[in-house]
Amino acid sequence: MTEREIKKSVRTLSPIDAYMLLPRTNCKKCGEPNCMAFAAKLVNREVLVDACSPLLEKEYEDKYNKLKELLAPPIKEVTIGTGENAVKIGGKLVMYRHEFTYHNPVALAFDVTDEMPSRSKFEGEEALLDRIKKIEGFSYEYIGRNLKLDMIAIRSTSNDPTTFKSAVGTVVEATQMPLILCSLDPNVMEAGLVAASGRRPLIYAATKDNWKEMADLALMYDCPLAVFAPNDIVFLRSLARTLIEYGVKDLVLDPGTFSDDGLSDTVNNFTIIRRSACREGDALFGFPLIGTPITSWLNGEESKNILAWKETIAAATLISRYADVLIMHSLYGWSQLPTAILKFNIYTDPRKPVSVDPGLYSFGKPDDMSPLMLTTNYALTYFTVESDLKKFGGNYYLIVADTEGISVESAVAGRYLTAEKIAEAVKNSGIAEKIKHKHLIVPGMAARLSGETEDELKSAGLSGWHVMVGPRDSSGIAKFLEEKWPPKEEE
Amino acid sequence: MGEEEKRDKEAATKLAELLGLLDLKGKGEITLEDVELQVSELILQSSSLAPTMLKGIKPKVALAPPKVKPSTILEAPFKPSAQEYPGQVRELTLGATKGEGGSRGKTVTVGGATSPAFYLFEKAPTHPPVIAVDVFDMEVRLPKAIKEHVEEVWNDTAAWAKMVVDKWGADVVSVHLLSTDPLIKDAKAREAAKTIENVLQAVDVPLIIGGCGDPKKDAAVFTKVAEVAEGERVLLSSVTLDMGDAGVLDDVAKTAAKYGQPVLAFTALDLNRAKELNRKLYDHVPQENVLMDLTTAALGYGLEYSFTIHERARLAALMGDSELQHPVLAGTTNAWAAREAFLKLGPEWEPREIRGPLWETITALTLLLAGVDVFMMMHPDAIRTMKKLVDVFMRRGEAKPEKIASWVNARI
Repeated sequence: MTEREIKKSVRTLSPIDAYMLLPRTNCKKCGEPNCMAFAAKLVNREVLVDACSPLLEKEYEDKYNKLKELLAPPIKEVTIGTGENAVKIGGKLVMYRHEFTYHNPVALAFDVTDEMPSRSKFEGEEALLDRIKKIEGFSYEYIGRNLKLDMIAIRSTSNDPTTFKSAVGTVVEATQMPLILCSLDPNVMEAGLVAASGRRPLIYAATKDNWKEMADLALMYDCPLAVFAPNDIVFLRSLARTLIEYGVKDLVLDPGTFSDDGLSDTVNNFTIIRRSACREGDALFGFPLIGTPITSWLNGEESKNILAWKETIAAATLISRYADVLIMHSLYGWSQLPTAILKFNIYTDPRKPVSVDPGLYSFGKPDDMSPLMLTTNYALTYFTVESDLKKFGGNYYLIVADTEGISVESAVAGRYLTAEKIAEAVKNSGIAEKIKHKHLIVPGMAARLSGETEDELKSAGLSGWHVMVGPRDSSGIAKFLEEKWPPKEEE
Repeated sequence: MGEEEKRDKEAATKLAELLGLLDLKGKGEITLEDVELQVSELILQSSSLAPTMLKGIKPKVALAPPKVKPSTILEAPFKPSAQEYPGQVRELTLGATKGEGGSRGKTVTVGGATSPAFYLFEKAPTHPPVIAVDVFDMEVRLPKAIKEHVEEVWNDTAAWAKMVVDKWGADVVSVHLLSTDPLIKDAKAREAAKTIENVLQAVDVPLIIGGCGDPKKDAAVFTKVAEVAEGERVLLSSVTLDMGDAGVLDDVAKTAAKYGQPVLAFTALDLNRAKELNRKLYDHVPQENVLMDLTTAALGYGLEYSFTIHERARLAALMGDSELQHPVLAGTTNAWAAREAFLKLGPEWEPREIRGPLWETITALTLLLAGVDVFMMMHPDAIRTMKKLVDVFMRRGEAKPEKIASWVNARI
């Protein structure tokens, strides 16, 4: 194998490439009408190779392997942890998300150290178990999803095998989250690996000084291995080659994360590595990348808020520039929330439409006196309102106006949502035949359209309708209805 | 599928079938090419294969040499390859000095990209991205975190503009003529022009003229402002396809061209429409005078759409799509539309006075990496961070490996 074996990129992979390696019997066992249809789904990553059961038979072994190779992503998928608590990183098929979609959202890991007391002995002392609880307990409701953190990184600040072993033991008992063990000393690492046996942690890290011992540990304990060569990607690549030749299969690459003035080098290193793997089929760089925004905290003289701010900047930079796993320190809600949401955003499938279908939507079991609200058909706007309404419970009608997939504020400013459009949407929804009241609640962001809308409704044949100005944010709907619904007769 | 295409496909299939057969025939014989053995690097260990080979049985398959664990680092030489891009983004200058027919003390030139954003390993960026700071011509509803920084000046647009230049280091001031909105105050075009004249007096940086969004009213306001600010190269923000529908686009474009003002072409997350609008503008406006606004959605509320449309636009421009070879502007102040930027969310998420500006910063930073050239921003902390980041991303070679070499055991 040459070092830079060029793989066919996802964009140029055609169904025919996959079809040639299928049994071509059109047996329909996979549920598709024929092998060509199955092949199309294969290259579109909508089905797995193993769904073709005949291909698993001995006679097709060769083709099966070739097909697997054909469909292998340029960035190897690496599993950390075991069973249902495992996290998969890497497995990326493309460099830019618009070329296909990004697989395996970047895993967010947070650090604990082996010198933390299990429980705090005095006021304000941060204890290991409290911190784990905090990492596990992070949770944010966002458009109907529950955003969580992913992993725990245990750092040995003691450099003492016994201390590390004991801390890892405590963590293993306290949580099922996947782990990263961090020490550059092989003796310390082995002590940790013993305590985490069966958990398949990521070993952090092999360096120019310890690579052989760390490689032995990775092989002996069957764990993925991070490779650390700060700001030296040429050496990182040599180290990767050496470790692969040594027999280690699952690598995670770390060219170093430098906050502040070094952030530019960091971005360039990550970009060079990812491009070499995705564009040139560079197998030695075809591994997940690990970023360590936690290094922002090495500037100890600055305030904690400033350090956490810088850490978030480094994390956000690496979320859009190719990191597959990040190790961070700050657990402030204000600093973690943007990271968690940016991760969710960047890993949203870009093939998903920006808008939802306009029309009349019902929540709960609305009757003829249920509140009638209006929003726009921008997907994010709709899902935010939907998730809030579901959270409150209760029965509502919601008219989704066609604003060509633009949010309320922008739609009002850009005239995608006008009084005329609102009146038209109300009329077309047929809601007038379903309810007895004549009250329409419009978003607070569209307040300035309210007067004109009443006139437009009248011209559209809906006389006597009232427009109520709702809250600016749908999180305020429950409170709004409590105060204003049902509307007073004279209103 | 056309007949010809179908025949091609069939031929391809047949050929592939044939190749498949040949492949089967040749099975078992693998020729190794380009394999170089560096014997000095190998330490031979006893291998299970060795006895077989010693017995002199010629294996049917030419096997790769037995795996031997390396004991020293195996070098893997590497030089990042620089891609060549046939296209280049046009350069655009905002503002004009006295010698150039305006009255600005400073001008800014943006665009000119010849590779993706901050690919310093390929090429140094032509011009650094710049920050335009938003001011309004009337009191507006602002999030608490911003309000406390502008309260003292928000009844005086010129004073507001002066503050953001003097205190916050605005490269450009973006004046939003909100009062001209027929649904708000319906201020006359000539009043708006007066405001702009005052701001031009108060600051010496270039200006962006923000309309209210009503196509006809904006056309009237832009016409008047373009005239009083003749030669100043103020950016008219924005011209839209809606102006085309309202029958005023050509007039606005002609006016902009007549008075030498650049225009901001706004479209909603749709590159085909962006190209369509640009083509319409080319009829009247010099191509070097067009900046694009492809729509900025907030972190958490569609930032991924904005991120991707900017990545796509920039790559297409570099690959030679002339209609997209324009610098781009992002209204990152939109970040404040996200509830996570301004709402109280509960004790574990506070203080929102930090969360808000961080929200704006991350929104801007994400688009900075996608290639945006001009940012409209509002919060002083977000502005300061972005200016620092632009400065950082323009240079390389500042990483200090020794500083992070032992982060693993650092007590922090």
